[in-house]
Amino acid sequence: MPLLDVQHLRVEYATENRPAVAVDDVSFSVGEGEFVAVVGESGCGKSTLLFALARLLSPPAAITHGSVEFRGQNLVTMTEKQLNVLRWRDFSVVMQSAMNALNPVASVGAQLADAMAAHGKYTKTEIAERSVEVLRLVGIDPIHLSSHPHQLSGGMRQRAMIAMALLFTPDLVIMDEPTSALDVVAQRALMVQIRQLQSQLGFAVIFVTHDMSLVSHFSDQLLVMYAGQVVEAGPTRDVFDHPAHPYSRGLLDAFPSIRGPRVPLTGIPGSPPDLSRLPAGCSFQPRCPVSVDACVTTRPPLYPVGPALSRCLLNAPDPVSAPASSRASSPASAPDSSSEEDR
Amino acid sequence: MTELLRTHGLTRHFKVGGTFSGKRLHAVDDVDLTIEEREIIALVGESGSGKSTIARLLARVYAPTAGEIIYRGRPLAKLRRRKDLLSYRGDVPMVFQDPFSSLNPAYRVSHGIMRGLILHRPDLNAAARQAEAVRVVEAVGLHPAAEILERYPYQLSGGQRQRVGFAQALAYRPKLIIADEPVSMLDVSIRIGLLNLMAALREDEGVSILYITHDIASARYLSDRIAVMYGGHIVETGPTEDVLADPKHPYTQLLLSAVPDPRAPLDPDAVVDRGEPPRVVDPAPGCRFRARCPLAIDRCAVETPLLRELGPRHSAACHVAV
Ligand SMILES: Nc1ncnc2c1ncn2[C@@H]1O[C@H](COP(=O)(O)OP(=O)(O)OP(=O)(O)O)[C@@H](O)[C@H]1O
Ligand SMILES: Nc1ncnc2c1ncn2[C@@H]1O[C@H](COP(=O)(O)OP(=O)(O)OP(=O)(O)O)[C@@H](O)[C@H]1O
Ligand code: SF4
Ligand SMILES: [Mg+2]
Ligand SMILES: [Mg+2]
Repeated sequence: MPLLDVQHLRVEYATENRPAVAVDDVSFSVGEGEFVAVVGESGCGKSTLLFALARLLSPPAAITHGSVEFRGQNLVTMTEKQLNVLRWRDFSVVMQSAMNALNPVASVGAQLADAMAAHGKYTKTEIAERSVEVLRLVGIDPIHLSSHPHQLSGGMRQRAMIAMALLFTPDLVIMDEPTSALDVVAQRALMVQIRQLQSQLGFAVIFVTHDMSLVSHFSDQLLVMYAGQVVEAGPTRDVFDHPAHPYSRGLLDAFPSIRGPRVPLTGIPGSPPDLSRLPAGCSFQPRCPVSVDACVTTRPPLYPVGPALSRCLLNAPDPVSAPASSRASSPASAPDSSSEEDR
Repeated sequence: MTELLRTHGLTRHFKVGGTFSGKRLHAVDDVDLTIEEREIIALVGESGSGKSTIARLLARVYAPTAGEIIYRGRPLAKLRRRKDLLSYRGDVPMVFQDPFSSLNPAYRVSHGIMRGLILHRPDLNAAARQAEAVRVVEAVGLHPAAEILERYPYQLSGGQRQRVGFAQALAYRPKLIIADEPVSMLDVSIRIGLLNLMAALREDEGVSILYITHDIASARYLSDRIAVMYGGHIVETGPTEDVLADPKHPYTQLLLSAVPDPRAPLDPDAVVDRGEPPRVVDPAPGCRFRARCPLAIDRCAVETPLLRELGPRHSAACHVAV
């Protein structure tokens, strides 16, 4: 049994008109100790997905379909009381912009103590010992127990948030963009540290970021989201080496490299659709450089492509109709050749 | 190559820790930087290294504590007449990091552009101004220009707002655009579009650009020359490809090793730096990088290294680098 198993999850924001479907039929699972990365551009539903997994959504957002099973128990149908037993002890969450999530007027030590006191009965000594332990784990000198957040650098504040999430050695830590406010050196140090802690303590990680290049060397599985849906999912290395979906290819091609020849890049023109007014066919069609006529009318399902899944009609086992325009290139179902050509 | 702007010993300190503490934070110290005509130069370095302070010194938001800025052969400190100052401001406009707060939400796009044109190009009549406004909006890739000019900022995406920022700068007919992290708040998918725009502005309009970023990969994509900052000093400078192929300063080497490169295999032996960037308050002589430096020798603790030429136009401020 996987640690976490998400099936057909759907989250809607109730709005005045049509609801905005921010998470649409998302399924994936996380094994013990696994690192799963979720990438996609701003507004594609990454944070909403994490909030739904941790049952932290509040109106107007609500889970309208699907299940989230943690060790076989469905979190979606649990009461708040049942959830409180699991939260922090079995899974914990590091929120987006954790930089500001620490209380500015309380010392780091006081905040760790509060978090512990809220989840069990502990003596002062136990709290003090555990606080020192978790700070050491994330590489912060325990001297900083008496420091206030503004006395720490951005990287140290992020580490302190992670220390807090590790207080009860959970099996799953859910992290929303924990590094995006940091510069490259601090980012890399934090990524390496998360990986080391994982192998030391054995917890699984779900890691959300808009920067695909960041997770290339750290995650086992990769989910690429677009407009609320998973458009590609698979082992990280395979997706990077042979991206099957045109959106994944576009994202990868949007990163200049510091090695190899300097080549002109194009990025992805246009912007993501309004989630309450999605195109009738493929959500990516208006921006897709290789779309065919069928894309305008047919919503693609997830097709298997090698070890991965891709939500693109060109990945259908029996090829779709001829390309809509001369821009279109060969179907991406032969990822080896097409992804090389596109570089 | 013609020199457009040069700084000599440019320095900016800030008082910190209360009025009477007497402590001074050295945000920028002794910076010599030359920008040629039609050149794109990237200023890179980690958070707090002094990049934005240099930008603000060049834009005359801050006055230097010491040193000077020489623009087209004339020291800025000598510009006293309103007309000269105005003309400098038009020649060297700034584009900011945050596309959501840099445009006034109460005004249409046309407002800022027209204001710039009236102020900096009084020779144009109303019809010529309108034509020029359309031209700059088109030059930054926003179509249809007439319609974009009538929009309010909330009707634009983040990427479009940054383009408007560049259009406003272009209306001044600038010589040097100071772009302080212009893409770091934008989605990856649209960043490249703006980098390409900056490259095109140099080609088509002949402007120079000071591109400030902590993203070395985008600095490489765009720039001819790179200057690396650490703790208020420029620690390495040279042609971009040379600096990337053969980084001399140990800090530049650290910076390069931290760049995530999905196309490269992970180097499991790569050293990971846990060091914290310095806050340079009342520094004693010595190299500011020495606490984090794997190569430090005794001399680094007592003598501040100066930039030394180690290759063609390629210099580093390190006692050990060769
Ligand atoms: N209260 C709300 N009412 C209606 N729609 C909302 C609401 N909050 C969020 N949304 C929409 O839900 C979508 C998903 O938002 P979410 O914050 O999950 O995106 P994200 O992928 O985390 O983006 P980012 O990278 O910017 O953090 C967005 O398109 C957003 O406009
Ligand atoms: N007005 C000010 N008053 C006091 N200190 C300042 C002021 N402006 C900047 N500093 C300090 O000067 C140093 C350099 O800051 P600067 O903003 O130039 O760095 P930066 O390289 O642009 O960093 P970032 O990448 O975070 O934008 C920092 O330590 C900063 O705290
Ligand atoms: S289904 Fe069509 S529009 Fe959608 S990604 Fe594939 S080719 Fe592009
Ligand atoms: Mg988010
Ligand atoms: Mg700055």
